[in-house]
Amino acid sequence: MYSGLNISQTDARPMYLQIMEQIRQRIAAGDWAAGRELPSIRVLAAELRVSVITIKRAYLDLESEGVIVTRHGKGSFVAEVNGLAGELQEEKLAEHLTAAAELARTLGLTPEDLAKRLERARRSVEKK
Amino acid sequence: MTPQNHIELRSVRKAFRYFTLDDLTLDLPPGQIMGFVGPNGAGKSTTIRLAMGLIAPDAGEVRLLGHAMPEHQAIAKRDVAFVSDDMKLFPHATVGWHMNFIASIYPGWDATYAATLVKRFNLKPEQPVKGLSHGEHVKALLLLSLARRPRVLILDEPTSGLDPVARHELLSEFMDVLRDDSRSILFSSHNTVDVERISDRITFIDRGRLVDSRDKEDFLERWRRIQLQLEPGAVLPELPNIVGRVADGSFVTLTTNRFSTALIEQLGSAVREVHRMSLEEIFVASVFHHREVAGS
Repeated sequence: MYSGLNISQTDARPMYLQIMEQIRQRIAAGDWAAGRELPSIRVLAAELRVSVITIKRAYLDLESEGVIVTRHGKGSFVAEVNGLAGELQEEKLAEHLTAAAELARTLGLTPEDLAKRLERARRSVEKK
Repeated sequence: MTPQNHIELRSVRKAFRYFTLDDLTLDLPPGQIMGFVGPNGAGKSTTIRLAMGLIAPDAGEVRLLGHAMPEHQAIAKRDVAFVSDDMKLFPHATVGWHMNFIASIYPGWDATYAATLVKRFNLKPEQPVKGLSHGEHVKALLLLSLARRPRVLILDEPTSGLDPVARHELLSEFMDVLRDDSRSILFSSHNTVDVERISDRITFIDRGRLVDSRDKEDFLERWRRIQLQLEPGAVLPELPNIVGRVADGSFVTLTTNRFSTALIEQLGSAVREVHRMSLEEIFVASVFHHREVAGS
């Protein structure tokens, strides 16, 4: 099974995080449905030409996040959680909002300024 | 029970007139790739020759697939292949002649796999060795080793002097070997990019001593560079696990090999940036720190 994942040498993030991110994206987009079997650790390692330990780390972390389930001796599967895609989107939104709040503080914006800018951004998206 | 280590060195010492390898302890479990990294003259090739039983240690124990080396090397080597970049094939014989020669010695020779590798590496069996480029020569050596399906593959600088495309092809082949979790690879290199990518365990060696040996992820998680900006007049407290400190006015860069969130909390608002380090940066910092501690 060809996974379609890839690793970027110029991406500053560690390789296991890149792998986690791409798997999350595929699940969030619905390409990898709940219950789908993931490539085995050694197969994915061979395909991406990265060490087994890197893939193991990515799978372990995804498992502790509840994104995938690993059944001993059977392999890893996309978790059967309802609305997982939604949850991942939620998480992403929270991340972006925190980043925006931090930038606003650096720029010395008041909470009102920030709220106004968010409203402006919202309107510009709606117009599209 | 933990599976038997494929390679095991215990407090190994080997003295030469101008160089001594000392107190070297190393484990390579099955199913793993170990990257063996050190500056030129650090003792990488000596260690590999000890592991292969080509030289005997002055003290300590060397085991390969559980067999004591160099005494039982004949048994161990049935399941071990060794390639170094200075190995020479017979210049006037063809690639195919070498394949038949190796097949006649090793009963485990996999002719189908050999044929696949010939295609993948774009080698011509009828071509005499003397006409091969450096890259083709290394590929021919690897083909002869891989097609034996050895349980342990020991490679001394396999990718040195290769172009990026050939390196990529070899790394793919190494990863393919590891699909089978009963096999293992030890490879020495000073190309830390290759090592960082495919190794499960990494061992640093310098001036005949072991600097550090652990899981790759451990290395990458433990080492950080922390940039600080101190308030005027502020003095940095004594901190544990700091292996490097460079100060420039109110800006200080710390290097730690035991990163934790506690450390960041301790440094408080002075922290400007925290950077992960590449394996190459970690390697250089480890070596300098190790030399400092050793007092040279």
